[in-house]
Amino acid sequence: MIIASGDLGDLGITPGHAPLITSLKPGPVRLVFENGEDELFFVSGGFLEVIPSQVTILADTAERAENLDEAAALHAQDEAKRLLDEQQSEFEYSRAAVELAEAVARLRVIDQLRRRRA
Amino acid sequence: MAVGKEIRTQIGSIKNTQKITSAMQLVAASKMRKAQDRMGATRPYAERILEVIGHLAYANPEYNHLYLDERDVKRVGYIVVSTDRGLCGGLNANLFKKVVAELGAHHGNGVEVDLAVIGSKAIGFFRSFGGNVVATAGQVGDQPTVADLIGSVKVMMDAYEEGKIDRLHVVFNRFVNTMTQQPTVQQLLPLPKEEQSDLSTSMGTHWDYIYEPDAREVLDALLVRYVESLVYQSVVENLACEQAARMVAMKAATDNAGELIEGLELVYNKARQAAITQEISEIVGGAAAL
Repeated sequence: MIIASGDLGDLGITPGHAPLITSLKPGPVRLVFENGEDELFFVSGGFLEVIPSQVTILADTAERAENLDEAAALHAQDEAKRLLDEQQSEFEYSRAAVELAEAVARLRVIDQLRRRRA
Repeated sequence: MAVGKEIRTQIGSIKNTQKITSAMQLVAASKMRKAQDRMGATRPYAERILEVIGHLAYANPEYNHLYLDERDVKRVGYIVVSTDRGLCGGLNANLFKKVVAELGAHHGNGVEVDLAVIGSKAIGFFRSFGGNVVATAGQVGDQPTVADLIGSVKVMMDAYEEGKIDRLHVVFNRFVNTMTQQPTVQQLLPLPKEEQSDLSTSMGTHWDYIYEPDAREVLDALLVRYVESLVYQSVVENLACEQAARMVAMKAATDNAGELIEGLELVYNKARQAAITQEISEIVGGAAAL
């Protein structure tokens, strides 16, 4: 089973899912294997395709959850918030908004990983 | 003893050239490894997106995207990817030959051609050769980013959307291995159908994806991403080819310089020996005359 964060909300794909294409927003992707083990990734956006025999995730960037850097994510979050407050040009604004979303998603993944370990 | 001074200077200058070519060979070898890694890193993405697009061409989306339409071909676009620098053997020449052959074929059919060229060498070539160049991107460097290329790709995609061109190809060197680089023409638009996939046999002909949020949004984003990633992939691959071709060319140059030096040294030694022999016989002759 695959749990990813689609643009319209989180979705879980189990075997036999109907063909589907969705865009992804920054967030966790969790792979649950048949033996119950799972792996957690952070994906910064992209696409997910489901066909009967396979699932393809076209990620813009992907990182293993264990490799995420919490301090850097926190810093990025603060930085993005500061930029948003500064009321810059529209381009700067949307860029900061994207960065903020990404940083928040990273922190969400780190949090999820920590909770599962506890 | 001033024998064969010209030959000695010639040997010296060839040795200097050899030093340069062997240094370039080493540099190209290390750069090639990096370029190959970069190519390997992006290849899976490019292959997968091609696969997804191939499936998509078989689906029956309710929203008929422009990129899926086969149109009558009156004008085609080519994105030509070349290197920025020379001294890489016949790499660019072979690529241009291929492009020129394609241009000739289109010309014969009365089809016009627009070109978007990437890399200084192609810019220079098409400036003197002619051809309708609509966009250029030079000096992309060793580590190109998608942002460097997006301008010229956008020009072509806009032209396709406006119906100015009916087909879009990308021309680049495919990296087969260090010794072989294959000039390749790949069709980007309209989407090439994947050869008879097992998908169409298992799914029948009337099926479609579920699109989230909706077909238009997903397809627009996905198809633009597809073109960008394939062009990026061809640029990265062409870079690996460049370094490989340069390495091989410089190795050949170094070897040739070695052969030249060997030949010249033989001539030089012969001349030196002849001079010594002559001097001895002159002395002996002089002594006998006394």
